[in-house]
Amino acid sequence: MVNIYIDGIKYQAEEGKNLLDYCLSVGLDIPYFCFHPAMGSVGACRLCAVKMYKDENDTRGKIIMSCVQPVQDGMIISIEDPEVKHFRAQVIESLMNNHPHDCPICDEGGECHLQDMTVMTGHVYRRNRFKKRTYRNQYLGPFINHEMNRCIQCYRCTRFYREYAGGYDLDVFGIHSRVFFGRHQDGMLENEFSGNLVEVCPTGVFTDKTLKKHYTRKWDLSTAPSICEHCSLGCNTIPGERYGKLRRIRNRYNYDVNGYFLCDRGRFGYEYVNRETRIKKIKARFGAELQDTTEDEILDKITNAFEKGKTLGIGSARASVEANYALNKLVGAENFYAGISGKDHQILRNYLDILRNYPVNVPSMKETEEADYVLVLGEDITHSAPRLALSLRQTLMKKAMDEAARVSIPRWLDHAVREFYQDGKAPMTTITPYNTKLDDVASKSLRLNPHDTVKFGFLLANRINNDAPAVKDYPGEWDEWLDQLAKALINAKKPLIVSGWGNGLEEMLKAAANITQALNGEERKAGLFYALPEANSMGLGLLEGNDLSGIMETGDAPENLIILENDLYRHFDKVQADKFFNQFKNILLIDHTETNTTDHASFVLPSGVTAESSGTFINTEGRAQRFYKAYIPEAPVMDSWRWLGRIENHLKKTGGQWNSLDECLAELVKGYTVFKPLTELAPPSGFRINGEKVARAPHRYTGRTSMHAHKNVHEQKPPQDEDAPMSFTMEGYNGTPPSSLVSHYWKPGWNSVQALNKYQQEVGGPMHDGDPGKRVIEPTDNPKQQYFKVPVFETKTEAGELYLTPVPHIFGSGEMSSLSAAIREATPEPYVLIHPNVAGQNDLNEDDVAIVRANGKEWKLKVKTDDKMADDVAGITTGFRQSYIVELPLKGNIEKQEKK
Amino acid sequence: MISMLRSLWMVFMHAFKKRETVLYPEKPYELPARYRGRIILSRDPDSQERCVACYLCSVACPVDCISLQATEDEHGRRYPEFFRINFSRCIFCGLCEEACPTYAIQLIPDFEMSEYDRQNMVYEKEDLMIAGEGKYHGYNFYKVAGLKIAGKDKGEAENEESPVDLNSLMP
Ligand code: SF4
Ligand code: SF4
Ligand code: SF4
Ligand code: SF4
Ligand code: FES
Repeated sequence: MVNIYIDGIKYQAEEGKNLLDYCLSVGLDIPYFCFHPAMGSVGACRLCAVKMYKDENDTRGKIIMSCVQPVQDGMIISIEDPEVKHFRAQVIESLMNNHPHDCPICDEGGECHLQDMTVMTGHVYRRNRFKKRTYRNQYLGPFINHEMNRCIQCYRCTRFYREYAGGYDLDVFGIHSRVFFGRHQDGMLENEFSGNLVEVCPTGVFTDKTLKKHYTRKWDLSTAPSICEHCSLGCNTIPGERYGKLRRIRNRYNYDVNGYFLCDRGRFGYEYVNRETRIKKIKARFGAELQDTTEDEILDKITNAFEKGKTLGIGSARASVEANYALNKLVGAENFYAGISGKDHQILRNYLDILRNYPVNVPSMKETEEADYVLVLGEDITHSAPRLALSLRQTLMKKAMDEAARVSIPRWLDHAVREFYQDGKAPMTTITPYNTKLDDVASKSLRLNPHDTVKFGFLLANRINNDAPAVKDYPGEWDEWLDQLAKALINAKKPLIVSGWGNGLEEMLKAAANITQALNGEERKAGLFYALPEANSMGLGLLEGNDLSGIMETGDAPENLIILENDLYRHFDKVQADKFFNQFKNILLIDHTETNTTDHASFVLPSGVTAESSGTFINTEGRAQRFYKAYIPEAPVMDSWRWLGRIENHLKKTGGQWNSLDECLAELVKGYTVFKPLTELAPPSGFRINGEKVARAPHRYTGRTSMHAHKNVHEQKPPQDEDAPMSFTMEGYNGTPPSSLVSHYWKPGWNSVQALNKYQQEVGGPMHDGDPGKRVIEPTDNPKQQYFKVPVFETKTEAGELYLTPVPHIFGSGEMSSLSAAIREATPEPYVLIHPNVAGQNDLNEDDVAIVRANGKEWKLKVKTDDKMADDVAGITTGFRQSYIVELPLKGNIEKQEKK
Repeated sequence: MISMLRSLWMVFMHAFKKRETVLYPEKPYELPARYRGRIILSRDPDSQERCVACYLCSVACPVDCISLQATEDEHGRRYPEFFRINFSRCIFCGLCEEACPTYAIQLIPDFEMSEYDRQNMVYEKEDLMIAGEGKYHGYNFYKVAGLKIAGKDKGEAENEESPVDLNSLMP
């Protein structure tokens, strides 16, 4: 810590830190554009000028750029000096010379960093009499709108897209005053994180195209802290609602989890919420038809039907912990089934066993960025747990920073660090059956079929540590790879093994676990990050439901069935699922969206989607995170756990009548001590600040005396929320609430998302009172290494036979996101991915239709080829609406469809 | 006694003074042009809707009685899908007019809006739109803005260069 003097006031600062970052952290407002906490400084915009003085006798001082200036001992600077203020106003004025007269029709307006900075510098009048420069826009796909006239050349977009996210197809073109930020030609942005441009770009050049369809200003959105429901990573989000419709998803900063960024599935996958496939009415079956009915009527009907006979409950990995618990309680633990396939069930069980009983270190997503060697085992992370791929990419930066430190380039000079570490690769090895996006940063990529990958994993564990079980019989050329990799991992201080659900192999997790165990030692704890499939897979696992696959076939099923937010056709084969459903007399479904399962229901109750419900998800690392309703959905839609509570109360005449989430949680933790932290995730609903609830709507929220006036001119009482200490209007506390209740970023003078700086302990650091979310499972101290036994390996394929391996896809594999319009536009047709050699042998060309046969079934799929993939594998898109293909991985054949 | 008679006399004389009471509604009342009465939505010189659905009037409104929803035509021209003012809440402060960047929303000197049923005080876009430009003539926002709309390509707005040629290597 050193002393520095800013406008005559003494501050204590960390030496070497960048000055802008420091000033913003202590709450001093210096205007800036190109600096971004996650991407450091480049000094491109020249707006962050301050004055620096040689010593106390220096009265003239010199103008410097604070974002590229390290903090030095005894430094004297001024932000308020008139000359430097004038300088900053001039910078803005020159940027505004070409800025279009667009604010009223610009989607950034009202949350525009350029607007904020213009006001902050005091520039008001365009003196320039010359003409404005204009550009033509490009079509950039279904997610992002382009309006290039508004650009101020800060280079944030390309720095994020190319350097941070590893994209290739967005760049800067042109020279002189005509630089252009876009693609070489019209087309969809290829990177999976392109949506972040919306928040990274400080102006209205890149805006959210899905929001444009039903545009609403930031100040008109009712928002709440929420959690992304589209994969198991649990990125924090801010859904925004207006007039009863979900309008957009924005990133909610969580230092440990997603930081500043979301993936495009999480950001644009919300549109299904407003679709007509939503279930919004209570329905009961009369003959072949489902007909609307009332709550009282259906509760009586359900009571009549479910009183007699045994009832099974099927939970869901996409429903909240509370909802699953409510069902568990209603039907009894012995009748509660997890509702996932047998294979997924086994994986989940093993994973929990590892977390509970093995000395394993599960890093947060933030911590994965710090790893100094990463092994990606058999998983296409970009598509199965997208945001994690962005974090893994940052391991390159970690290495580059270490390198750059040798020549004293400060770590926050991000661009310079990257330039210095030319063509450098991340300390990462990927082992996958086909080419994945992470391969371009990985220093080594091995192509193995998934079964060989498992074998390789077990071998590697043994190579690292002799205690690990040995494997005999493997190809000789592996020895060199094994030695190299073992050495790299052993030399690393923070090695990390990454895998996930996407490859569909139970043994993959075991192999990954064995490698971590082998690496663990006195001085080192290896990390294991395994991505489960769904937002609450972990929560479901901790409730310990029974394995549904065990009773799918047996036929001794009871009479009644309750299904919670689950489409069994995504977990079981169609024939099997059909048969299963036909065993039951009464089937009650609680869900928010129509699926194939809806057709079997005799009673349907409408539940809220995540943005309309309150509850908890537990992400794949075991972090419990609370989400709250952004808005109250139109009745009778309500939280699944409320429905289940009401049914319980009606059926058993006791219990289940929870008035609030707190009451439900209190009961939950009594039954399951592991969920104890769930009650500490956020303040209870009785919490008040200065006697007020926290406001969901910003203080500028408009139209409240008019928005419902066409229906009834007399204003209604605003809806109440029993579950959160938050109000649904702008009435309430609008300062900085506890971080678990932050749902929009706004501070005086800071209308854009950059206001976030003022909610953090320091810029880019944790939230002011720590980040929301709590781990429910902490790694055990039990240091005893344990190893999984070597499995019986798959026999080699016969001639012409291929390993059919699942290929998850960020756009298409997500159950709900794949219903959303923009995501659907970005989703490829289901395909089979093969090596050109395989294609050649079977007389297939790219885009032909191939017939894939396995297990006595066949699928027709479009052919895609990849010349870098293993040639004994055929990758098949998994989880797509048109073709679920639940049983992968399999062994099978491929052949050309004969033209008729 | 004297003063009482004097008062009586003065009251009596008032009967012959010029009448202050206006015979409203028989005789219409003329208000100054800048009087803040009923709100209208005007059209630009090309007879197109002026409102670009920017939400600035609604955010300026101190009683929150304006609500609207933005939408776009197929060429990107933004306009309100619906536009509603609840006049039973409006205090005729004129802040919406002041906030409006397009001169679309204007207060006019008409106050004859009484209704028996409060529900009838809710005006929709159809009730607010007028045929002309209202008080402010000549201004056409889309001629000044950089956005491309039907009939106005990039570079064709006032004071604009033609679009940058990205293939040019000239300095
Ligand atoms: S980018 Fe910002 S300043 Fe520019 S038109 Fe949009 S809102 Fe206005
Ligand atoms: S497009 Fe946006 S982020 Fe990129 S240089 Fe222009 S203003 Fe900056
Ligand atoms: S990575 Fe997963 S949790 Fe995060 S935004 Fe994407 S889909 Fe959502
Ligand atoms: S301020 Fe003017 S242009 Fe904007 S929404 Fe209101 S009436 Fe329309
Ligand atoms: S923020 Fe310092 S030059 Fe842009």
